[in-house]
Order: sequence, then C-alpha cells, then structure tokens
Amino acid sequence: MTRRMKALACTAPLHDLDTRKGLLEWVDADRYQMAEIALHLIDQVTIAMDFDRGADHELVVARTRPFVAAQAPERDSAEHDRVARWVLDNLINVGSQDRGFEVVYGSLGAGGAYERRTWTFKLLVELASSDGDVYLRSTDEAINVLVGALDTDVESAQEAAETKLEALIAGGRLSDAQAVAIEARLRTIQYADRLRRQLEATRRDVRSVDWAREVPDLIDEALTHVATRFRAETSILTNITTARDEADDPVHKRKAAELVDIVKECVRRHSQLQAHLQRAGATFRAEQDRQQFSGPPRRETVDLFGQLLMPTLALPVADAAKVTGAFFRAGTGVAVHGVPRLIDVVYLLLAPPIERDDLGEELPDPDLAAAADPDVFSVEQWDEADRLLTVDGMPRRLSALLAEARAADPALPHLIALRVLHAVDPGVSGAVRQGDERVLVAVDDGTELDDPEFGGSDLLVGLAALAPPSAAGGDDGSSTHEQDDEIEEVA
Amino acid sequence: MSTITDDVAAAARLVEWGLRPRQVPARDLEYADLVRRHGEDDAFADLVKAVAAGFNLLILDVDPRSGIVLAPREDSVFAVRIEEYAKRTALSSRGTDKVVHGIAHLAVAALAYPRPDDLANDSYVGYVTVDQVDGVVRDACRVLDERAAQAEENNDPLETAPELERAWRAYARRPAAAGTKDGRAASDTTRGMVAKAVRFLADQGFLVVRNDENGGAYRTTPRFQVQVRELAANAAFRELTGLGVVTVTDAAGSLHAVHTDTL
Repeated sequence: MTRRMKALACTAPLHDLDTRKGLLEWVDADRYQMAEIALHLIDQVTIAMDFDRGADHELVVARTRPFVAAQAPERDSAEHDRVARWVLDNLINVGSQDRGFEVVYGSLGAGGAYERRTWTFKLLVELASSDGDVYLRSTDEAINVLVGALDTDVESAQEAAETKLEALIAGGRLSDAQAVAIEARLRTIQYADRLRRQLEATRRDVRSVDWAREVPDLIDEALTHVATRFRAETSILTNITTARDEADDPVHKRKAAELVDIVKECVRRHSQLQAHLQRAGATFRAEQDRQQFSGPPRRETVDLFGQLLMPTLALPVADAAKVTGAFFRAGTGVAVHGVPRLIDVVYLLLAPPIERDDLGEELPDPDLAAAADPDVFSVEQWDEADRLLTVDGMPRRLSALLAEARAADPALPHLIALRVLHAVDPGVSGAVRQGDERVLVAVDDGTELDDPEFGGSDLLVGLAALAPPSAAGGDDGSSTHEQDDEIEEVA
Repeated sequence: MSTITDDVAAAARLVEWGLRPRQVPARDLEYADLVRRHGEDDAFADLVKAVAAGFNLLILDVDPRSGIVLAPREDSVFAVRIEEYAKRTALSSRGTDKVVHGIAHLAVAALAYPRPDDLANDSYVGYVTVDQVDGVVRDACRVLDERAAQAEENNDPLETAPELERAWRAYARRPAAAGTKDGRAASDTTRGMVAKAVRFLADQGFLVVRNDENGGAYRTTPRFQVQVRELAANAAFRELTGLGVVTVTDAAGSLHAVHTDTL
C-alpha cells in the first residue's frame, strides 16, 4: 500500500497546478491545461537528458512553448512563455528551500500501531555542471509518473516494451507501435541515468564501492545489456525501415518514419553508454595502480571516510549533529572575534542616521580645465612672429629678424629662431596638400650668425609661393621636384 | 640577558602569531625567530605553553613550516561556534542545516586525506574541489540508501519526530544546485554549503585556493593536517564511540584493491 500511496503522491503536484491556476492574477488560465503542459515539460527534460548533462532551462521552455501556444493560439507569445515558465518553476518547486514535495502517509508499524511518516520527492532537479552552469534532470519519480509504469524493474520493463513493439510492427499497428517506442526510449534514458550515477561513483569515489566484485559485475552486466539492446534495436530498425518504404498510406509512412527516428536515437544513446563503460575499465585500472603503490600508515590515524563520514551519515540527524559539532569545533581552528568597545557603541547609536536618498548624491558637472601645459609663447607673440616672418619680396637675414624681434619682445627671438629652423626643411608636399599658397623657407648660404643668444648659420629667410599641382604640370611624382626648383629660385 | 618580562612578552607574541592563521614563519623574520627559539629553548617553550593555557588554547604543533598551530579549548573565546557559522538560515531547517554544514566540513577533510596514510604522512598535500566533495557525499548517501533498501527499512522520518531522520537523507534531500535570479549559485544548496566550508577553511589558513575550476579547487596546508589529525578526527571519533558506533577498518582504509586480471 505504501508503494501505491507514493506513486499516487507523485501525480499530486500536477493536479495541484490545475487547482491553483485560477489564482493566477496575470493570466486567465482557464484555457490552459497545466497538467498537460507539465507532462510535456517533463518529457522535454527527459528527452534532452543524456549521459553527461541535462537540459537547459531556456531550451526546455522554448520547446514547450509551441505546445502551450496550441492550447490558446489567440493569446500572445509572451503569455505562452510565462505560462511555460510558471509550470517549470512549480515542477522544480522553486519556492521551497529543499525544492522537494512532501507528502505524509501512514503505515502500520512493527507493533501494529498506525505511524505517520513524511516522504519527500522531486520531479525535476537542478544540477550544476563543472563549469558552473545549472541544468535540469528529471528524477526517477518523474520518469515513473510519466511513463505510467510505477515502481517496476527497469530492465524487465524495457524487455517487455521491445517485445511488444516487435509484435505491433509485425501486426502493422504502427500507431500503438509508436507509443511503445517512445516508452522504450524513456526506459533507455532511465537505464543510462542509473548507470551514469553508478559509474560516476566508481570513478570518483573508489572507497564506497566494492572493487573486487561489484564494479566488474556492474560493467559486465551493463555491457551485456547494451549488446542485447543493440541487436534488438537494429532488428527493429530494419523492420520499420522496410515498413516505412513499403507503406502506401501516407499516415503510415509518416508514423514509420517517426519510429525510425526514435529507435535511431535509442541506438545513439546506447553507443554513448557503451563508450562510457569501456572508459570505466581504464579508470578502474588506474585507480588500482594508485592504491597498490601506497604503503601502510606509519602512525595510528583515523580513517576519515570509513570511520567518521559514513557512520555519521548513517546516524539520525540529532546524533549526527553531536559528531559534526565536535569535528567542527576542533577542526576550524581559532577565530578572533571583534569585541566592540562600549564607548564606540554608544557613539554609534547616538549618531544621527545617515539620510539616504534613493537617487544618491547629485553628480557634479565635471569642470573640464584645459591641460596644464601652458603655451610657451603667448598669442600676441605668435601674431608678432607671423608679422615679422611675412617676408615680402627679398629674403631677409636671420640676424636682422632676431634683432628686430628682440627690440619688440625679449622672448620673441626664441620663437623666431625655432620657426626659422623649422623652415630649413618645410613640409612642402604637406603644404601643397593643405592648399597653402606660400611657405616659409630658410636657406643656409654659409654666412655665420652673430647673435648674443643663438649660434649657427645666418639663414636667409623668405616666403616661397607654391604652385598648385595642376599648374606645376606632370604627375604627382614630378610635381614635388619642380616645386623644389621653384623654391630655390625664389630663395 | 633577557628578563622574565621580556620572555613572557615574547611567548605571548608567539601565541599572538598563532591567532593569525594565514601567517607562516617563512614570511616573517620575527615569527621565524620565535618558532626557532621555541624549538631550542625548553624554558621558553614551557612559557609559551603556559601563556596559551591561560588563554584557554591548546598548542597542537610548533613547526617552521606551519608555525604555531593553536586550537581553542571547549569554551575558549577564540572558538568558532557552528551556530554562528550556520546563522542566517531559515528557522524551520536550522537543525538539519547545522548537520549539513558539519558534514560538508567532515567531507572536505575526508576528501583531502582519503586514506589514513595520507593523514599520517607529513609531506602529503591533499587536493579537493567543491564538485568532488559534494559528489562524494552524495554517492555515500546513495550507498546508504541502497543499503537501507536492501535491509527493507523504512527510512521516511515519522511526522512527529523529524530529528530522527537519518543524516544522509537530510543531505540527499537538499538540492545540489539551484539557479538564482542573478545567475549565481544559491547558498542554501549542498554545493553552496561546501563552497562556504572551503572558503572558510581557506580564510583560516587551512586550505589554499588553486583555481576556480569545478566550483573551486583547493590544496591543503600542513596546518590543516595537524588540526585534523591531532584534534578534530579524535574529537569526532570520541563522540561516535560515545554513541556506540564503532567502525573498524584496516590499515589500507576503506579502499579495496583487487588483482589486475579482473578486467
């Protein structure tokens, strides 16, 4: 009776969805059949589950949305999406801390008295992959609810499903055959999931597994199972493929084609399982080597796993708390607690509360000052230099320019000297490209400069007129050359 | 010639270094000097012991690698209380929360030192990841579940006495991971609790972060080994014996090696 009670309880969350849908404020939910959507979601998660991973939340919602939309095509897709998510959240049971559904059931205890017990189960669980992503898997309970075969032996159920499938195909009843094939696929997934968990345990934690008998037996058993399933599925596949190709009725043809897909997927899952089984052998041997090379302990210590962790886990919560408490107290070392000084606390309590504005403080407008690199020469000095260097007609000597500049402003000769030096190699082509009409040119004719501040050659400074490239004629390559000639001429 | 006051000050100073678990003698000259002096000068060593005893502290080890390793006695002000560690949990699950946190700590140690030999061997460095710890405890829970199923026990707790629920069920019932709205891992899951345990142990100078893979990978420090070996394991073991649970395993630990021709 207990088993039947538990099986019954598994369906409760689904009925509950339809009971509660009327309470939803954001949707007129009468149009939606929540239990159907839930079954569809569990289907999608189960089908997306493979050996290593589960289903992505978004993917599952996206795959369920068309089904939700079919129930209420006139509503918008945002609502369909929200309904699908609501059902998914409820199947995970997001509101509760341990994400489980609880049911109280009674049974007759050893003394014949009626005892009430709590049973917790889950339908969809969230797990984290090694890179931290959270994904979904459906539990055994969910798969059992879904396929409607409550608490049966996995292997025998699969055998039965396949025998039935073969018979149905032989009899040509494809519609039934498809239902059986889908069931067989779910069985395959369930079996793979069980094996995955056992293999994972074997790989990661050799201590809790009996390496002498249990693991080799498990692997042998699983490999035999995979081999038989391969044979069975291949023969079914051949049969349905023939049925598909020979069928005249389009409905039959389509059904047969769907069946082929389902069985093909089963075959794919079995190959995946087999690959993992073969790798497990290598892991098994590597573990063995690692353990055989370690010596016996050199001093007396406790076997943390076997003598502490396992026995503690087997204790009732109240007793286990004593053990874990003792370990925690002794195993966490020292901590220096902050001790508040009374006077500080008093000040802290007396201080007026800091008023918090929702918007925070007003952001000051940044006052962007110009870069703090002052110009060496003022604008007036530049203007004055421009005036001096506008050498019309005859070129002038640098010494004369300097003298004139010095008379105007003691700092000006520096600017004049720099600008004239720059004019020794004026960027002629640059100036042409800019469209300048004239360019300042300085030429060294060997005369020495006689100046109190500067030394070097007393350059000849003049303005050279620039001819635009078209006027200078020829292509770009020769125009520069011609301009050079022209400049020298002027200088 | 140092006076008695200087000696006491130096002894107290060494104890003070012990209260900073992340410091090691290799990183500080003064600390290294004090540790050396402790090794050479018996009178000084006695003085350090006395100072520590006065603070209700136990000296587990003084060693140039890990420095001075202190442990709080039962009611020392320096003790970390699990109530404080596990605070901010929902009232309804406080009892099981404490146990799950405690199991996480026990499991980190068990994974860091998988065999008795690893715990005894001073040069052994253990490696743990959050994924591994959670996975191993879950597998242990699965094994216990299978055992219970074989023994045909009904392990569902009585409605009136939830504290009689087995610890493995409390752990297995808790979700391993759950997404939160902002995409982080929720903290009230078992992975969240294991992650909290290793972060806390890293803060206490018992573990060192290696990388973020598999939920966080850590290696052990000599200090952790000393603490677990000399104190924690025995304390927990005594508690277990007090409850009448004694498990005898052989020197090879609970691992079983078999002949290579099995496969």
